Amino acid sequence: MMTINETERRDIEALLPWHAAGTLSRRDAQRVETALEQDQDLARQFELVREELGETIHLNETLGAPSARAMERLLAGIEAEGAKSRKRRSFDFTAFIAERLTLFSPRTLAWSAVTAVLAIVLQAGLLAGLYINEPGSEVPAAYRTASASTRSLGSVGSYALIGFAPQASAADVTKFLDDHKATVVDGPKPGGLYRIRLSMTVLPKADLARIVKQMQDDSKIVRFVAATE
Amino acid sequence: MQATSDEALIGRIATGDKVAMQVLFARHHVRVYRFVLRLVRDQTKAEDLISEVFLDVWRQAGKFEARSAVSTWLLAIARYKALSALRRRPDEELDEEAAAAVEDTADNPEVALEKKDKGEILRRCLTALSPEHREIIDLVYYHEKSVEEVAEIVGIPENTVKTRMFYARKRLSELLKAAGVDRGWP
Repeated sequence: MMTINETERRDIEALLPWHAAGTLSRRDAQRVETALEQDQDLARQFELVREELGETIHLNETLGAPSARAMERLLAGIEAEGAKSRKRRSFDFTAFIAERLTLFSPRTLAWSAVTAVLAIVLQAGLLAGLYINEPGSEVPAAYRTASASTRSLGSVGSYALIGFAPQASAADVTKFLDDHKATVVDGPKPGGLYRIRLSMTVLPKADLARIVKQMQDDSKIVRFVAATE
Repeated sequence: MQATSDEALIGRIATGDKVAMQVLFARHHVRVYRFVLRLVRDQTKAEDLISEVFLDVWRQAGKFEARSAVSTWLLAIARYKALSALRRRPDEELDEEAAAAVEDTADNPEVALEKKDKGEILRRCLTALSPEHREIIDLVYYHEKSVEEVAEIVGIPENTVKTRMFYARKRLSELLKAAGVDRGWP
């Protein structure tokens, strides 16, 4: 019988547990097999390893299994994770929209914004109309914003709330205000409305109504206008 | 019919497939539980820990790169969780526990010998090993992990894996000898 050198023997000895478990590469398994045939001491030790292997499996198999609680706890954890990710998804949706908006050209975005503002203001105008138009009267009643009383500004004079047409340029608006001797004193308010002063004094209702009517006629500049306090 | 591979299950879990998660759990949870239980020696804690292990799988399935077997990945996560849980225990508790385990072995061999049950003594001695030695013996013999896989799970070089296994076996033989079973090695 051939013998193997001490270094090789030590290497093989270290590999015996894996050889017993069948987890060595084919090459190493062949090395061990050859050494076991040649070395009786190694072969005896391999028997001890197999004994340890068997009892380790026996020991582990008697440890039982976890109760259903483990699975329930896991599923509860996954549900909780789901709730979190749903929240994340709603946030991501906003990010998604923002990302998509960046893909549009500035001109497209501008038109989209104008259309959106127009829709909002139109809606505000309709609602305001429901409130301020008195049947049988040509004079619009004073308009109040829902958010605050314009009296709080505390100035004497005649005022109106005005919304400008989206296509009106800054120059158009400036000229329009000059023509009517009006000054912007507050705004923009919800719906893109501005409070303008028409006169430093309190005008008679008929005069105020006439000015407002003139302004309403300039539809290229004005979307909405109504007298206010 | 071939069962879905672990890797395919992980792929489905990454897309949020809860059924795939349940299949993977059913396939591996007992072994993972036993591995953890041998380390923490507390059934309730071991159950809690395996829930956490699989919850981590649910969270990180998308990052699994399949460079190792899924079972190896599971055991690596389980080991980390178990050791973290052990670190949270007071040291005195750990020392008392280790001492109790050794004492058990020392106190009972005669009784066991009377029964002529060498297997039982061997199992007692396996239980009395240090956590480090228990771990490597379980990984090699019960979980059938190769040298490379043990190195990955435990986070040590392959040569250290072989050396640690050798010393674990040597310690086991010493415990057996102390219990009256001389195997003639080392």
